Amino acid sequence: MYAASDLKKNLRIKIDNEPYILTEFNFVKPGKGQALYRCKLKNMISGAQFERTFRSVDVFEPADLQEKKMQYLYEQDGKYCFMDNENYEQILLTAEQVGDARNYLIENIEAEVLLFEDRPLGVTIANFMDLVVTKADPWAKGDSVSGNTKPVTVETGYVLQVPPFIEEGEKIRVDTRTGEYLTRVKD
Amino acid sequence: MDGSWSLVKKQRALRLRAKILQELRNFFITKGYLEIETPCLIPAPAPEFHIDTMICHGWFLHPSPELCMKRLLAAGYDKIFQICRCFRQHERGARHLPEFTMLEWYRRDADYRDLMEECEDLILHLAAALDHGAALCYQGQVIHLQKPWERVTVNAAFEKYAVMSVEEALGGDCFDEVLTAGVEPNLGKEQPTFLYDYPLALGSLARAKKEDASVVERFELYMAGMELANAFTELTDTEEQRRRFVKEEDKRRRAGKPPYPAPELFLESLPGLEESAGIALGLDRLVMIFADALHIDDVVAFPPETL
Repeated sequence: MYAASDLKKNLRIKIDNEPYILTEFNFVKPGKGQALYRCKLKNMISGAQFERTFRSVDVFEPADLQEKKMQYLYEQDGKYCFMDNENYEQILLTAEQVGDARNYLIENIEAEVLLFEDRPLGVTIANFMDLVVTKADPWAKGDSVSGNTKPVTVETGYVLQVPPFIEEGEKIRVDTRTGEYLTRVKD
Repeated sequence: MDGSWSLVKKQRALRLRAKILQELRNFFITKGYLEIETPCLIPAPAPEFHIDTMICHGWFLHPSPELCMKRLLAAGYDKIFQICRCFRQHERGARHLPEFTMLEWYRRDADYRDLMEECEDLILHLAAALDHGAALCYQGQVIHLQKPWERVTVNAAFEKYAVMSVEEALGGDCFDEVLTAGVEPNLGKEQPTFLYDYPLALGSLARAKKEDASVVERFELYMAGMELANAFTELTDTEEQRRRFVKEEDKRRRAGKPPYPAPELFLESLPGLEESAGIALGLDRLVMIFADALHIDDVVAFPPETL
């Protein structure tokens, strides 16, 4: 069981025998008042969303989901193909099911596909992905510690903010949980 | 410097934070306040049902320095301030850190109205020192700082913004929900707002109002819907304070929370406390306002998850 203080974004809980994911999570606490956990929940099957505020005394059942290691193969017409490493069966996921992970999918990487009664619900990939920068404005030298950023495009088409010294062709490490730049990677 | 990017990009906010700290000290020292330091590790915190402390070798990391500061006040230190770290278990969110920085100041011969004026002067002083003039822009919203700021009672704010009255919310056990969802987002929008005169049940160390004993002389300062500070006219009646502590401690124990010893030395010092007022202001949130930051993590170097 989870306590309210365990709640966080992307946690999956069970309500009325259906799996829900916390898509938004806000801790609020008025001065001298009690802790409130204001959440947006999404039904992982129907996609229906609603808001609910929990209190610190509330407890939650974890959602009973399976995670299977699969290999990402390719994308075609907005469908993402994954292969089960054990029986080589292939399944197709929609962009919605893949979610933010599609920003980091490069061919043949390993992913965990989330299943609820054999039905794919989502994809989790490694927390850190190294991606090649395919488009970047040149670096205006001297602008290195001021905290400025610039946008670049990586090989998956994802656009993110990075320090100004990052140049085209370089590899960068991205935190797939936040979508943010972490560091430059040297091969 | 690659690996430290998350720190490098905070430079502006951290420089601003340092400047704010310096200007806060300038403000209080110029006004004759004495800067003091009290221990973080204390044997007996004030029992408050909704504040969970962290236990450390059988003592407690203080959730606020108020008890020690009031002992100083009772001993004749008439204007004091402190900037210190405070600790509250399980408080983590876009505006909460389990270890955060508090600014508290206390004044003898003052009540909460005097502190409202002092808040106005303090924020105006910072705005001028940081070249903001008399207006701030927070998340695209312009907040005008000319005095006097809006003052609205809790009753009036519920009437104006909420779906029910304070009485109904307290009766239905949903005061906090209605306050945070219905009222707070409307406060401090065009200018800062003082929300004041709280129901008696919601001010464990505040004095009841002379004209209306159903409320206490307590206010909270809001800017852009964000609560920045909490202030009281201090309760100086030892017996009343003891009763409230016992009641609060009883609630805590019934909920299975770890017991606190009664803060006896604080209670013993109360007879020396003359009419006075005190206020606690969240420094991290103040920096958020001036840095135009949406998340508290943006204004501290090391949120706990990065350690």
